[in-house]
Amino acid sequence: MPSKDPSSRRVLTVSELTGLVRASLETDFPEVWLEGEISNLRAPGSGHLYCTLKDDAAQIRAVLFRSTAGRLRFGLEDGLHVIVRGRVSVYEPRGEYQIILEYVEPKGLGAFQLAFEQLRQRLAAEGLFDQERKRPLPAFPRTVGIVTSPAGAAVRDMISVLHRRCPLLDILIAPVQVQGEDSAEQIASAIRSLNEWGRVDVIIVGRGGGSLEDLWSFNDERVVRAIVASSIPVVSAVGHETDMTLADYAADLRAPTPSAAAEAVAPVLSEVVEHLGTLALRCRQAMGWRCGAERRRLDLALAQIANVRFRILEDMQRVDGAVVQMRQAVQDALKWGWDTVHSVRHELVGRSPEPFVRHGLAQVPQLRSRLDGAMRYALNRRKQEARSCLASLNALSPLGILDRGYGIVESLSTHQVIRDARQVAVGEAVLARLARGKLRCLVEEVMADLGLKAGSDPL
Amino acid sequence: MAGVKFEQAMARLEAIVGELEKGDLPLDESLKIFEEGIRLSKNCLKVLEEAERKIEVLVQDKNGKKQLRAFSSYDDDNHDSASDS
Repeated sequence: MPSKDPSSRRVLTVSELTGLVRASLETDFPEVWLEGEISNLRAPGSGHLYCTLKDDAAQIRAVLFRSTAGRLRFGLEDGLHVIVRGRVSVYEPRGEYQIILEYVEPKGLGAFQLAFEQLRQRLAAEGLFDQERKRPLPAFPRTVGIVTSPAGAAVRDMISVLHRRCPLLDILIAPVQVQGEDSAEQIASAIRSLNEWGRVDVIIVGRGGGSLEDLWSFNDERVVRAIVASSIPVVSAVGHETDMTLADYAADLRAPTPSAAAEAVAPVLSEVVEHLGTLALRCRQAMGWRCGAERRRLDLALAQIANVRFRILEDMQRVDGAVVQMRQAVQDALKWGWDTVHSVRHELVGRSPEPFVRHGLAQVPQLRSRLDGAMRYALNRRKQEARSCLASLNALSPLGILDRGYGIVESLSTHQVIRDARQVAVGEAVLARLARGKLRCLVEEVMADLGLKAGSDPL
Repeated sequence: MAGVKFEQAMARLEAIVGELEKGDLPLDESLKIFEEGIRLSKNCLKVLEEAERKIEVLVQDKNGKKQLRAFSSYDDDNHDSASDS
């Protein structure tokens, strides 16, 4: 007990006190079960995990060393409520007390379930469970590979169902342990082996029913990846009607039981044979029908050809008939032509102008002589008339006057006949026309005369 | 893989029947695939008739080499006779 006397105080170093505290805590809390919420989770890279466990009012530092952390089936997360077992100690360099965890389980969910959920989400995020990835099963497999335990009811059931449906199927069994530590690795390896062997058309991976723990290998990541990597379609049959394992999610088809898987994989042989028979029959029928149709086409064409031939003969006959008619028509036309020509000719002859011409010709001399006569008469009359006129003319002609000794005197300048001596001047030249010849005279004297008055009768 | 060949043959046969029933092909083509179809159906039937079933076990020996061994499940004979009835 510490005394108040300064001389009897036991003075400790920090390390000594810390060491004492540590020993005390380690003695009092060698093993404690604790419930709390994880926060402040850190994984520095050494493999050790550090976090704080807290509740509403308090918190405690916690450490999970690498070896223990490796054994965890699930991942730690902030906010996760856990139940832990550990021992309390002190981290002396920092003077912090902490709990060193030896066991951690999630509160509420089982460790299995949480691990399962975390793994499922991680693999789903990679797209391993996508519907698009799933392949159809072959319709007519020849060899079925089965990854299962060689003992047990499951394999016997599967063989039985496969053979009942399709007795010809070859079965290749890849024996594995379906539960236990090695199981997952063996299953994955068996799937790979069947793929390598190559002569398998479809794979069934399965086992009979059991508890969730029994089935746990089928949730292993190695099995999932082996199924995903298989180039042969995989049917999973893990014998648990309601819960799905990750192998079920990854497989191309999930069957609720091994027998159901066998049914899914094997076609019913009798149906296949029947289908084959039906196909062959339909083949023959279709061909027969087609040949029949082509035959009918041929017959139709032949009938049409015969028809055409018949029509050609008919036409030839018509042509002959037409030729005969044509000849007849030409002959008739010729005859008609001849007849018409003859009758017209006859008419023509009847209307010949010859008589008129002859008549006319006969008349012409008559008319001619009458014409001559008339002409002569007319001529003579005119002659006589002309003679009498001429006589009159002669009587009146100034030339006759001249013959009687008269002369006509004209002025040389004006060419006018001079009747009056007073019209001329002495010394003017005048022209005197005599009955024969003319005189050019010079007036020596002008003698006015009482002589004859115009228009008076000389007698 | 005999299974794949059989499946391909069946698929081709189905296709041929479809073509013939549609009746679109010219006659000489039809005759050709008809012959092929009949040949395929005969072959498939032959495969089915000649097949013998085998049940084997794939084992890997120490050297990693794989071998087949006959499957000796003690119940196999019982089930054989049951399924043949």
